[in-house]
Amino acid sequence: MNATIDRLRYRSQLRQPASERHEDSHPLTWRLREDNESIDLAEYQRKNGYVGTQRALTEHSASEVIDIVKEANVRGRGGAGFPAGVKWSLTLQGEDIPRGYLVCNADEMEPGTFKDRMLLEQQPHLLIEGMIIGAYANNSRFGYIFLRDEYRAAAVSITRALNEAREAGWLGKNIAGSGFDFDIALHTGAGRYICGEETALLNSLEGHRANPRDKPPFPGQSGAWGKPTVVNNVETLCNVPGVLQHGADWYQQLSGGRSDDGGTKLYGVSGQVERTGLWELPIGTTGEELMALAGGMQSGHELKAWLPGGGSTGLLLPEHLELPLDFDSIGKAGSRLGTGLLTVISRQQSIVALLRNLEQFFARESCGWCTPCREGLPWTVKVLQALERGEGEPEDIELLQQLGKGLGPGQTFCAHAPGASMPLTSALKYFRDEFEAGVARPHTAVEEA
Amino acid sequence: MATIYVDGEQYQVNGSHNLLQACLEMGLEIPYFCWHPAMGSVGACRQCAVKQYKDEDDDKGMLVMSCMSPAKDGTRISIADDEAEEFRQSVIEWMMISHPHDCPVCEEGGHCHLQDMTVMTGHDRRRYRFNKRTHRNQDLGPFIGHEMNRCITCYRCVRFYRDYAGGDDLGAFGANDNIYFGRYQDGTLESEFSGNLTEVCPTGVFTDRTHSERYTRKWDMQFGPSVCHQCSVGCNISAGERYGDVRRIENRYHGEVNRYFLCDRGRFGYGYVNRDDRPLRPEGSDGGGTRRELDVDEALDRAGELLRHANGIVGIGSPRASLESNHQLKQLVGDDNFSTGLVGNEQACVERMRSLNESGGLPTPSLRDIERHDAVLVLGEDPIQSAARLGLSIRQAVLGRREELAEERGIPLWNAEAIKTLAQDKRYPLFTAYPQATGLDGIAEQHWNLAPADIARLGFAVAHEIDPNAPAVTELDVSTRESAKLIAEKLLAADRPLLVSGGSLGSVAIIEACGNIARALAKCGKQDAGLSLIRREANSTGVEMLGGQPLEWALDRVIAGEADTLVIVENDLYQRLATETLDAVFAKAPKLIVLDHQRTATLERADLALSSASFAEADGTLVSMEGRGQRFFQVYEPRHMRPETRLHESWRWLHALAAERDSEPVSDITLDAVVRDCAERNATLEGIVDAAPDADFRISGQKLARSPHRYSGRTAMRAHLDVSEPAPTRDPDSALAFSMEGYSGFDRPRPVVPFAWAPGFNSPEAWNKFMDEIGGHLRAGDPGVRLFELANETSNYSAAIPDAFVRGDDWQLTVLPRLFGGEETSSRAAPIIERSAPAHIAVARADAERLGLGNGHWLSLTGQFQALTLPATIDDHLPEGMVSVPAGVDPALINGARVSLSRIQLDEEVSS
Amino acid sequence: MSTEQTVNTIASDRFELERADREAMQQECEHFEQPQAACIEALKIVQRRYGWVPDDAIPAVAEALGLPPANVEGVATFYSLIFRQPVGRHVILLCDSSSCFLNDYDTLRAAFEEKLGIGYGQTTEDGRFTLLPVCCLGACDRGPALMIDDDTFGPVRPEDIDELLETYS
Ligand SMILES: Cc1cc2nc3c(=O)[nH]c(=O)nc-3n(C[C@H](O)[C@H](O)[C@H](O)COP(=O)(O)O)c2cc1C
Ligand code: SF4
Ligand code: FES
Repeated sequence: MNATIDRLRYRSQLRQPASERHEDSHPLTWRLREDNESIDLAEYQRKNGYVGTQRALTEHSASEVIDIVKEANVRGRGGAGFPAGVKWSLTLQGEDIPRGYLVCNADEMEPGTFKDRMLLEQQPHLLIEGMIIGAYANNSRFGYIFLRDEYRAAAVSITRALNEAREAGWLGKNIAGSGFDFDIALHTGAGRYICGEETALLNSLEGHRANPRDKPPFPGQSGAWGKPTVVNNVETLCNVPGVLQHGADWYQQLSGGRSDDGGTKLYGVSGQVERTGLWELPIGTTGEELMALAGGMQSGHELKAWLPGGGSTGLLLPEHLELPLDFDSIGKAGSRLGTGLLTVISRQQSIVALLRNLEQFFARESCGWCTPCREGLPWTVKVLQALERGEGEPEDIELLQQLGKGLGPGQTFCAHAPGASMPLTSALKYFRDEFEAGVARPHTAVEEA
Repeated sequence: MATIYVDGEQYQVNGSHNLLQACLEMGLEIPYFCWHPAMGSVGACRQCAVKQYKDEDDDKGMLVMSCMSPAKDGTRISIADDEAEEFRQSVIEWMMISHPHDCPVCEEGGHCHLQDMTVMTGHDRRRYRFNKRTHRNQDLGPFIGHEMNRCITCYRCVRFYRDYAGGDDLGAFGANDNIYFGRYQDGTLESEFSGNLTEVCPTGVFTDRTHSERYTRKWDMQFGPSVCHQCSVGCNISAGERYGDVRRIENRYHGEVNRYFLCDRGRFGYGYVNRDDRPLRPEGSDGGGTRRELDVDEALDRAGELLRHANGIVGIGSPRASLESNHQLKQLVGDDNFSTGLVGNEQACVERMRSLNESGGLPTPSLRDIERHDAVLVLGEDPIQSAARLGLSIRQAVLGRREELAEERGIPLWNAEAIKTLAQDKRYPLFTAYPQATGLDGIAEQHWNLAPADIARLGFAVAHEIDPNAPAVTELDVSTRESAKLIAEKLLAADRPLLVSGGSLGSVAIIEACGNIARALAKCGKQDAGLSLIRREANSTGVEMLGGQPLEWALDRVIAGEADTLVIVENDLYQRLATETLDAVFAKAPKLIVLDHQRTATLERADLALSSASFAEADGTLVSMEGRGQRFFQVYEPRHMRPETRLHESWRWLHALAAERDSEPVSDITLDAVVRDCAERNATLEGIVDAAPDADFRISGQKLARSPHRYSGRTAMRAHLDVSEPAPTRDPDSALAFSMEGYSGFDRPRPVVPFAWAPGFNSPEAWNKFMDEIGGHLRAGDPGVRLFELANETSNYSAAIPDAFVRGDDWQLTVLPRLFGGEETSSRAAPIIERSAPAHIAVARADAERLGLGNGHWLSLTGQFQALTLPATIDDHLPEGMVSVPAGVDPALINGARVSLSRIQLDEEVSS
Repeated sequence: MSTEQTVNTIASDRFELERADREAMQQECEHFEQPQAACIEALKIVQRRYGWVPDDAIPAVAEALGLPPANVEGVATFYSLIFRQPVGRHVILLCDSSSCFLNDYDTLRAAFEEKLGIGYGQTTEDGRFTLLPVCCLGACDRGPALMIDDDTFGPVRPEDIDELLETYS
């Protein structure tokens, strides 16, 4: 191993040192090791691991677990913020309903997002716990962790943890003497961002092309192989053990009044800031606070705009930094919290070029099922490229506006294209002049002469 | 019923439909692509967007896809809303980004749904200025052309091909804007229903290759409302003609029979009509074995001679000829001298089948009915080969379980992907018993490969399990009994069990066994059960209903010296009996008058050959396996473009022959007169008068146009013959006109529709305008009449239970029907010949091992016929002691014959 | 530049799965309700052995799983990490998504292309490296990021390339 390799090798890492993380305030990260290595079962159990599971399975009925999660108002961390408890309460259960599946969405591919990776690599048991509790609540027969193929270290860590858990009786038959049977398999993907969309994920899990499915029926009614299925994000599931261990009220107060939502959130910052990274903070922390932790802009740079939670969220301006980073506040500002990992853009960055990059991503990752996304995105890219080269035509701005509108929510089959439309429409709103600058100046007769 | 509001107007619609269908049914136009009435909605194309409002007070609304939204009571939508309209325009604009804009050279042009929808949305300006994405095309075999650049990615093709028809060699490949529909590698599409791609594809990706060779725009063809002559199902077809040739066959919607789909034999097997070796004028022998063409008068004179001087005349009819032609023959020769043209064994099967259809206790279902059954037993048939369109319906029946499950979960039945996901591979039970693998095994709960006798025994055992009063099968082995128990149990557990059998294996016992099950189910009060019995040819049912003696009887008359003259109508005896058998008859030198539209071996022997009209030039009536009498109408008048031809319906020739024989002048005769005469003289066929409107039927005083109103070049097309255009030929036989003049609309109910067209709908989607509800029945009533009448009294159980099959020193032969190459007329069409697999002798694996045989080794098959040499193929399904050959190889090979096999060394071995 | 370069040449004319691979595929089926679900993993098994999924492998995988080849081809052409062209001994996946883009991805890409003398989708003449873009690697805090085989690196600067590639022979 040469030194460069060692220096360059990527390791997921939380910015907060151990001294700043506490069991009662940092449920997602207090157990993390300083060396960023994966926490094994022994260490995890030493650090009060599986207490929440034990409690859920032996002290509560499934519907009680759902009620607790509902009460805690754990909102989905996959991007949409849908309350996990409500989702669970809609899963079909009953005597003539077959037991279904619990699927962990670990397909993290949202541009600018690197939070699930850390949890998967370093805290696999926290996720497994969340899945056991989720499965118990939803009467799921079996679980899958749908992991993107590129997360190789996470695969190693999860595989080890699953074996440990199985050996220790946390997976398998009659878990913790509760009579509940459940096991988990790791499924690794083969690329494609769209696999993160929960219904496309199910098609991919079933070994099909990852086209999304229509909703309704929701996965809770008819999911993997037509059975009731719950799909939750890694971070969402990692929130669950703490809730069961400490209760809904405790979870609620974690945000410390900054937000109506409860709990903490893994926030991150990337882009042109001084100190990129990941932090566990009370949900509702403001952009300013987060930017401060990130040490502000890189020297010589000035903030122009930011994406609050991935490539599929709308651009916001510097003044929006004062907003609490929660689902509702960012929603009201015309964007989405998304994954809550900020992408920070400097004044020196051309917005047209950034948009071209983003839309190229969305165009390439379109599944090709519905027309607006399949055909509209490549066209968008071509127009942006023309503008970027200064070869745009005067009608291009209106065309982009129309494309952005056509790709909007409700008009495409799934939320992929609306995700692509958000940065586009917001960029046109805030930075129209940059687009206009890309329109080729018409040659005048005088110039020709 | 639900009340919905569209742009402020109130409508009563079927609440179980989606909004798109509901609106289309109300005549409200919403453009669409991916939705198809037979395949439901998937919401992929996004073309059908409308604005939906939450309630009366909501004035903002939200765009929704109408195909994916239920037509719930109280729904409020706007189609005209600006935003919706703008979005729909965008969608078509996106679809056209990479479209080659090659309409002038595209074979879909003029009946293209994409063209129609482009016009409907008002998209007429191109803004995209960058490069187009292009694809390479594949060779998909003789039937289907492929031009992927025209694809708009609606996914209809794979949904039809895979989900609806069960094919698995067509797929969707790639991702993002690089989606490709094709095979995983070049090669012939394997599905028996591939031709429907040409209609479900809304653009010109999949086109009819048989049409390409002599292409004509839809608007430039003349159409005849016809009935497929290629098997006994009776699918309705629309045949298009130009310059005196049939150019293509399209589906003609019939709400009870084929609805939206045809099989490939029916669609692509028409080439025999266009063969240039057809007898186009009468021919006679000039002594010394030479033949020459005759004038009609001369031919009729000769016919009169022959008939007047005959010492006993026998008429041989045909199961591929119309009722009218058979009837007219019977009139000519007299009831006692008429043969159906069916060989004895086949006639026995057909007779048994009709008696069961009428007194077996269970009704005979239409294809639409079949799709509603919830358990199916198929005995001794492979419907995909012998009655393909029926097989497709059986598939839908079995998949019907999806709908039951979806209903339990409140998922609308039109939500196609959702119900597929929910049901996975849960299906209604299907059981098949056949000597070899069948096309339905893949969706069968269980299938058995048995010798015909054992299939019958299994059937008898099932009947006995259902009703102990049904005769028991003696010496029944345990496993057959278990199988019978299982089948009986599942049939009884179902609400609407369906029995399917037929004459393909030439076994009356199998039909009797099926009859016993029918009777047993009837006795158990399974009133909604059904019995569907497959016949071999288009009019097997009809000619049997007319009544007559089997073919062998006719030949025996000649051999016995009781007859010296044969009048043979549209029947190639060499396709039915061994050459040796016929040689013995012809050694008696009978005089032969042969009427046919094909140059058959029989016609070649004729003293007088009369050039008959094929279905394309003729009117007539066929009776399908379902007992449905259906009229087919002439597509074109052959003399218009080829004045030298003298093609007439056999019934017309025969009418003239009767006059000649009686030395009377030949009077005019019309179709209506023959139909009436046939109905009057045959009680069972009384109903056929009502199968179609008379020739004097008019709409607002107009006849019905055979050609679209845009028909062009009428004055020029005959210019090489005569620069002055003759008046269109009159059609005295039907309500149709050989012209674009006449009624061709959709809004006035009309019982015969030569081609579907409605304003704004040039593609086959226009059919939806002719229905009471989309996917339902034609507004003027589905054509045809049902002729079977189910008696109140159920006939008695049959006790004719055969002994179990035991393998002997020799082999039992079975001749298996096949879709391509197994039927006489379509086998004369080049694309069908190309599509037919080379014939092999199938040998059971265990037997092959015993004999040291491998695939491709040459075998000689000997028996009561001239030895036949064919390559072997090892079959994993065939019971030991049996061998099989496909139909259409040699008529000498008959089902059940005992044969010997020997391996012979030839230089070259054939790979199978 | 050479895209024809095959690293693992396939000896026999007809593609046959290694027995162990075939068994692994069938074992994978056990995790799921339907064999179709093992399809992606089966293709990855082929790819692990040969570096890519040759056309001839499609019917072989289909046969092993009891699926129609069109199903397997549909999957094999959908997913971006199933390679349908021969690749080099090492595959370099450059993250081309927004955070890396903001951190000089363009320069890094240009440097790689120049150093290796190939563009995206191509393989170096010596069959050592194939260069491909990849979706956001979830390493945005250390962009521009990339993967070589199983390893992820970031932030990578043009001057690191030589040393980085050294270990991958
Ligand atoms: C195009 C697209 C990609 C997505 N990718 C992911 C992803 O990688 N990880 C994830 O957890 N959710 C992703 N989602 C959101 C999921 O569809 C789903 O909402 C989420 O997994 C539900 O989990 P939660 O309720 O726990 O947030 C994506 C959504 C879309 C539309
Ligand atoms: S918006 Fe349509 S094409 Fe795009 S990913 Fe979703 S379903 Fe696929
Ligand atoms: S017809 Fe409604 S989306 Fe295609």
